[in-house]
Amino acid sequence: MKSDVFQPKIVAFCCHYCAYASADLAGTMRIQYPPNVLIIRTPCTGRLETEYFMKAFENGADGVLVAGCLEGGCHFLEGNLCAKNRVNYTRDMLDEIGIEKERLRMVNISAAMARPLADTITDMVETVRKLGPSPIKSGGKLKQECRS
Amino acid sequence: MIVAQRKSIPELLTIVEKHRNVLVLGCGTCVTVCLAGGQREVSIIASALRMAAKLNDVALTVEELTVERQCDNVFLEQAAEAARQADAVLSLGCGAGVQALAERFVDKPVYAALDTAFIGILEERGVWTEKCAACGSCVLHLYGGICPVTRCAKHMMNGPCSGSREDRCEVNPSLPCAWQLIYKRLKDIGQLDRLKEIKPPKNWRPSLSGGCRTIIREDHRV
Repeated sequence: MKSDVFQPKIVAFCCHYCAYASADLAGTMRIQYPPNVLIIRTPCTGRLETEYFMKAFENGADGVLVAGCLEGGCHFLEGNLCAKNRVNYTRDMLDEIGIEKERLRMVNISAAMARPLADTITDMVETVRKLGPSPIKSGGKLKQECRS
Repeated sequence: MIVAQRKSIPELLTIVEKHRNVLVLGCGTCVTVCLAGGQREVSIIASALRMAAKLNDVALTVEELTVERQCDNVFLEQAAEAARQADAVLSLGCGAGVQALAERFVDKPVYAALDTAFIGILEERGVWTEKCAACGSCVLHLYGGICPVTRCAKHMMNGPCSGSREDRCEVNPSLPCAWQLIYKRLKDIGQLDRLKEIKPPKNWRPSLSGGCRTIIREDHRV
């Protein structure tokens, strides 16, 4: 049976050394989290550029989650700190465009934090669900006004 | 290198909103290094414009291209076909690049997506500072390689002004006093005696006055 509840599409960029491993651990521990996330493994969140987030939104993501190592715990020393600044830069740019900046979020997760990762994903899905579908997918102001 | 920064997305959308098909054209030289107008920034700004246009019900197609150097006509040939197909070109080059495009593509509107700021260097990661005002008559040899024209807020040729606090400029305390730097540098290289000479007023005629400046090298002309 098809649910009427909006199911957001979340792209989660997960660092190989921490968040991706914690997602793996969540699976091993049979911890449930919403299936709305598409996990993309990255060698380090420092590899992620602003354009990655922009392309994700442009291609229909309702939300983007960036999950890197705990601050101070990056395998490459400061990749997660670079990612944090890029995420903040992109959030400001989303604001300029007219997209809610809450749709992009960075979290710091260690490889052992399976439960916090599941909770983070759940929270992200709920946040984006409240925001509704990405305005990029649902069209411009005119279309949105027509629907409301 | 020339340092620039992008205009805001709403401003860019306003600039191009009359057109339906825009070419976002990057430059692979200075503005790539200062992370303002290279291939990556072209991709980011093009995405941002496409999304902003969609949200504002503006029918806009955005194409992307980056050439090696916008301020050189030789490289602009690579962009000729893309420019021909577009209604307008949004340049991510510096002011020189934008004007070179406008001269090359005479029947095409060309707009600047960046605010060209200054000639400077990368101070540390993500921080650029102005080092040269292109005044046309360099005096760096007199001041130990530190430019009072650019880096002293009062452009003093015979400093310091006595207003500095510790080693900070009184006009902008976030900046070091240029004359403090000049003194230290001249001391380090054993040329403090240069400060005993009173420098005459600077000749500003070679600087930006009376229209754009031109340099002609007859030995390279045919």
